[in-house]
Amino acid sequence: MSKSDERTIHVPVLARVEGEGALDLSIQDGEIKDLRLRIFEPPRLFEKFLEGHSYTEVPDMVARICGICPVAYQMSAIQALEGLFDVDPGPWVRAMRRVFYCGEWIQSHALHIHLLAAPDFLGFDNAMAMAKEYPEEVKRGLRLQAAGNQLIGLFGGRSVHPVGARVGGFFHAPEKHDVKRVLELLKSLQEDTEALIHWLASFNLPEQEQDFTYVALHHPDEYAMNEGRLVSSNGLDIPVEKFEQHFKEFQVPHSTSLHASLNDAPYLVGPLARLNLNIDQLPENIIEIIKSTSFQFPSKNMFHSIIARAVEIYYALQEATRTLGDYELPECSYVDVKPIAGTGYGCTEAPRGLLWHRYDCDEQGKVTKAIIVPPTSQNQGRIEDDLRTSLINFGLDKDDDALRNHGEMVIRNYDPCISCSTHFLRIKVDRS
Amino acid sequence: MKPTIGVYKFASCDGCQLAFLNAGEDLLTLSELVDIVHFAEAGVMNVNARVDIAFIEGSISSNEDLERIQHIRGNSEYLITMGACATAGGLQALRNLNDGNDWMSGVYANPEYIDSLATSTPISEHIKVDLELWGCPVSGRQVLTAIRSMLSGVVPVQEHDKVCLECKRQQAVCVMVSKGMPCMGPVTRTGCGAICPRVGRDCYACFGPAEDSNTVSLGKRLQGLGLVPGEIARRFHFINSHAEPFLDAGNKWREQEPES
Repeated sequence: MSKSDERTIHVPVLARVEGEGALDLSIQDGEIKDLRLRIFEPPRLFEKFLEGHSYTEVPDMVARICGICPVAYQMSAIQALEGLFDVDPGPWVRAMRRVFYCGEWIQSHALHIHLLAAPDFLGFDNAMAMAKEYPEEVKRGLRLQAAGNQLIGLFGGRSVHPVGARVGGFFHAPEKHDVKRVLELLKSLQEDTEALIHWLASFNLPEQEQDFTYVALHHPDEYAMNEGRLVSSNGLDIPVEKFEQHFKEFQVPHSTSLHASLNDAPYLVGPLARLNLNIDQLPENIIEIIKSTSFQFPSKNMFHSIIARAVEIYYALQEATRTLGDYELPECSYVDVKPIAGTGYGCTEAPRGLLWHRYDCDEQGKVTKAIIVPPTSQNQGRIEDDLRTSLINFGLDKDDDALRNHGEMVIRNYDPCISCSTHFLRIKVDRS
Repeated sequence: MKPTIGVYKFASCDGCQLAFLNAGEDLLTLSELVDIVHFAEAGVMNVNARVDIAFIEGSISSNEDLERIQHIRGNSEYLITMGACATAGGLQALRNLNDGNDWMSGVYANPEYIDSLATSTPISEHIKVDLELWGCPVSGRQVLTAIRSMLSGVVPVQEHDKVCLECKRQQAVCVMVSKGMPCMGPVTRTGCGAICPRVGRDCYACFGPAEDSNTVSLGKRLQGLGLVPGEIARRFHFINSHAEPFLDAGNKWREQEPES
C-alpha cells in the first residue's frame, strides 16, 4: 500500500443503458480526484449528412438517431420544419401526434423500468433473472411495453423507425376498426398501470435530496409533450427559438457527446423534471394515486425518476384512451407543404427529456444546416455532479464492485441514451 | 448444456437490439432456450465469453471497432449481422461518399479527441459473416426465426423477393402507378410487410437491395416521374448507400448532377 491511498475504478461498459459509455473514477486520500462519464459511442455525424437532403427525407433520417425514441426525433424535426414553412396541419393531426407520442412514452418508460432499472432495486443483474422471481410483474411490464409499440404501429406501420409521419401530418389515417382494437387494448391495461405504480412505491428507494436546476416544456392547456415553452425551476420561461441564447453546447475531451449548460451550470431534463414542473396539469385521478403513495412532487431525489416514469405511463395511457375514444377519420391526414427558405426550431419531450432541433433550409426545402441537441447530452453534466455527490454519500471506502454498482444505478436514473447523444458507460476507478 | 448467444453493439441506433427487447414474453422463452451470455443493454456482461451465435448490431467506424470485431469473431461459432448498419454500413455510411474527416470538424470543435474512421463499413468487409439479416430495423420475427432454425440445425430461410411482390400479396395499391410516387419497392428486399405502400407512401429501401435488382430501369423510371439526377442519386444513397447495386446506381446518377 502506498502512502498516498489512491485507486482507480473503471466500469468499462455500462450495462443496461442504451448505447456505449464508461465511468472513470479516481479516488485519492478518500476524496474524488477525478470523475468522468466517458462516452465513446462512435460518432455518426447526423448533423452533417442531413445537409443537402430534402425536408421530405428528414423524418426518416433523424429516426435513425435512436431506435428507442424515433418518434421524438421525427416530432421535433417536423415541428421545426413546419414552423419554418409556416404550415399548420390542424387539430386532427395535432391530436393524433400526441397519441403517437404517448405510444413512445409508454413503450420507452416500460422498457426502462422493467428491463433496465428495476433489477437494480431488487438485486438482480438483469430482467431475465428478475422474471424468475417476479414473473407477473415482468410480464405486466412487457404487456405495457407492447401496448406502447402497438400504439406507435397504429400510425407508423412499425414501432422502430415508424414510417407514417410526414411534414404536414401523417401519410394515412388509421382505419376505425384498427383504432378500436388498440383502444380496447389500452383500456384493458388501466389496472396494470395502477398496480405498477404501487409495486414501484414498495421499492426501497435511496433517500437522497440534491440541489439542481430542472428544465422542461410547459404548455398552458395540457401536460407538455410535443409543444410548449421552455421553463425551469429557476424561473426561465422562453420560447423554443431562444434556446441557443440561454443554453450552450460544448465539447469535453472524454466524450463523443457534446455537453450542454444553462447559464454555465448543469441541469436536468426528463420525466422527473417534467413531473416537478407540470404536475398540476395531471388529471385528478392520477394526482390521487400519487397521493396514495409516500412520494411528493416536486422531488429533488433523482431515484424518484422511476416513479415519475410510471406516472407518465399512466398519464399517456389515459390520454391516448381519451383522445382515441371519439376517433373520426379526417378528410385528409396531412396538409400540403410549400417550402420556403429560412430557419426553423422544434422542441418536444422525448421520453428521456428535451429534444431540440434547428434546421436552416434553402428555397427548395433542402437542409443547409442542422443542429440537434438530444436529452442525454444535456444531462451529462448533471449525471457527473450527481455521481460525485452520490458516491461520497454512499462511501468512497466501499469496494470497487459496490462503487461500480452504485454508480451504474445512479446513471440509470437518467435513462441515458448514448446512441442518441453521440452525435455512454465503462467505470474506471483509479485509486493508485 | 444450452447453446449460447451474445449480442454486440457497434455504431448504431440500438433499434435492432429491440428485436430482442421488444419481443415480450418471447424474450423470456428465449432466455430458457439459450444462455444469453453477453448483451450489455439487457444487463448481461461477459464480453470475452465463447458463444455459439454472435449477433452484431452496428457498423465499423472506429479503430477500436476494428479490433473488437476480430475478437468477437474469434470467440464465435456462428456470426450473424442484424440490420442495415452491420450488413451494409447503415445510414451513417453516407460519410463514405463525402469527406468524413471534414465532417468530424463540422460537428466537433476538437476532432482529435475522437477515435473515428473516415468511413462506416459493413461487418463483412472485415471478417467472415455467416448470415446477414437485412432491415432498418430487423424485426423480431427475422431474429427469432433465425435462432429457432439454427437450434434445429437448419439454415434460416431469407427473404429475397422485392417489396412489389409483398404489395401484391397484401393487396396494397401501387403508389408508383396510382400516385406517381418514386417508390423503391421494385429493387428493395421485402421482409418489412410492405408497410410504406400500405400507408400510402413510397418505399425508401430500408431493407436493402433485393436479388437481381434492375436499378438501371428504376432510375430511368424515376427520371420519367420528374426526379432530377441528384434526387435519384439520393433515392439509392439513403439507408443502404454502401450496398451494391445501390452504391453504383447512386454514383452514376450523382455524376449527372450539375454542380451547385
